[in-house]
Amino acid sequence: MRQFRTRIRVKGMQLFITVLIQSITSFLATASFGIIYNIPRRPLIQGGLIGMVAWMIYFALVAWRENDFLATMTASFVIAILSQIFARIYKNPVTLYSVSGIIPLVPGGLTYTVMRHAASDQYEMAIHLGEKALVLSGAIAMGLIFAEVLYQAVNRYRHKLKKKSVR
Amino acid sequence: MKNDQTDFHEVASVCVLAGKILLQSGAETYRVEDTMNRIAQSLSVPEAQSFVTPTGIIFSIEKNDVTQLVRIKHRGTDLRKVTEVNSLSREIAAGKIGLEEARKRLKIIERSTRVYSDRVQIFAAAVASGCFLLMFLGRWTDFFPAFIAGGTGQAGAIYFHRLTKIKFFSEFMSSLLVGLIALFSIKTGVGAELNKIIIASVMPLVPGVPITNAVRDVMAGDLVSGISKSAEAGLTAFAIGIGVALSMAFV
Repeated sequence: MRQFRTRIRVKGMQLFITVLIQSITSFLATASFGIIYNIPRRPLIQGGLIGMVAWMIYFALVAWRENDFLATMTASFVIAILSQIFARIYKNPVTLYSVSGIIPLVPGGLTYTVMRHAASDQYEMAIHLGEKALVLSGAIAMGLIFAEVLYQAVNRYRHKLKKKSVR
Repeated sequence: MKNDQTDFHEVASVCVLAGKILLQSGAETYRVEDTMNRIAQSLSVPEAQSFVTPTGIIFSIEKNDVTQLVRIKHRGTDLRKVTEVNSLSREIAAGKIGLEEARKRLKIIERSTRVYSDRVQIFAAAVASGCFLLMFLGRWTDFFPAFIAGGTGQAGAIYFHRLTKIKFFSEFMSSLLVGLIALFSIKTGVGAELNKIIIASVMPLVPGVPITNAVRDVMAGDLVSGISKSAEAGLTAFAIGIGVALSMAFV
């Protein structure tokens, strides 16, 4: 019994370490991408935080359901909502916050794999993976657009409420 | 009447300058069009039309024969400029600054250099590559090769771009460098998983944002920009794939 417990504890510890490493590295990676894109300092940190939250959601969903599409779309939706809120508060363009958070989700590695297969005569594999990459970038765009539509709808609703209360 | 006409020309040139800076710094198509129309509106020219593609801007004011066209040759990502033009357009909309002041400020923004030096950018790319390796569940020992390869790739991209101005060439050369370094690390026994090292360290070069922006543009109805942006992104991906594939020939 005691052995069993220690094993769980070790597993819990490992899980904790994995989550810790994932969150630290995703924060660092998104913030560094912000530097490459020449984002000013303060939005850099905020963008890094958004990227971290989104990556943890992506990571958890992939581990839970093993479905890239769902995970990518949910994470990009979260990125877009958070970026809209930050952009609203600090009166900056939305891209500033969303761009670097999206980077880990983008099927860049997949795109590269497609090209490598195509360059080594494995065309069927290349087309197969290329379609997957296309669908995943579609998932990101869908997440972003859903968030925008939702944000506009909420704004319109709040506007209406305000008008009513004035009357 | 003549005075009016020159005034329209001035407004158009300020709008086009703002659009040009935005487009060259990697803003989305709808933002460029929206900002130009807004600036025109706040400078009391409500009937303005703009048509933006990744390679050029057409801006015209209805009822007058004022039309301006700008050709865009270089496109990069410099989000500080996007931010500054955005806040400038807010100030114009609030009526805080006039036409002349706006033009002066835009010129300053256009000429401004990057916030971070080359060295900082290279270091950032190196850190990002190392972190990506860990995010993709790579081994700890592969962190160092990915760090070096990613930094070298970014340094190569900056240097070769200055050398030739042909994006395809610089991307090809830097991904070749990345591939060779990754391969070298495997041969010397420092690195273990070749694929993960390469994917992680190629990340700073991969056209992630252009691909997403392209799909987004198509979904938003900016068909011309969407298609041409995806062609550009595809070309970049092609250059990177070819570069890495060539380095694999040295196995």
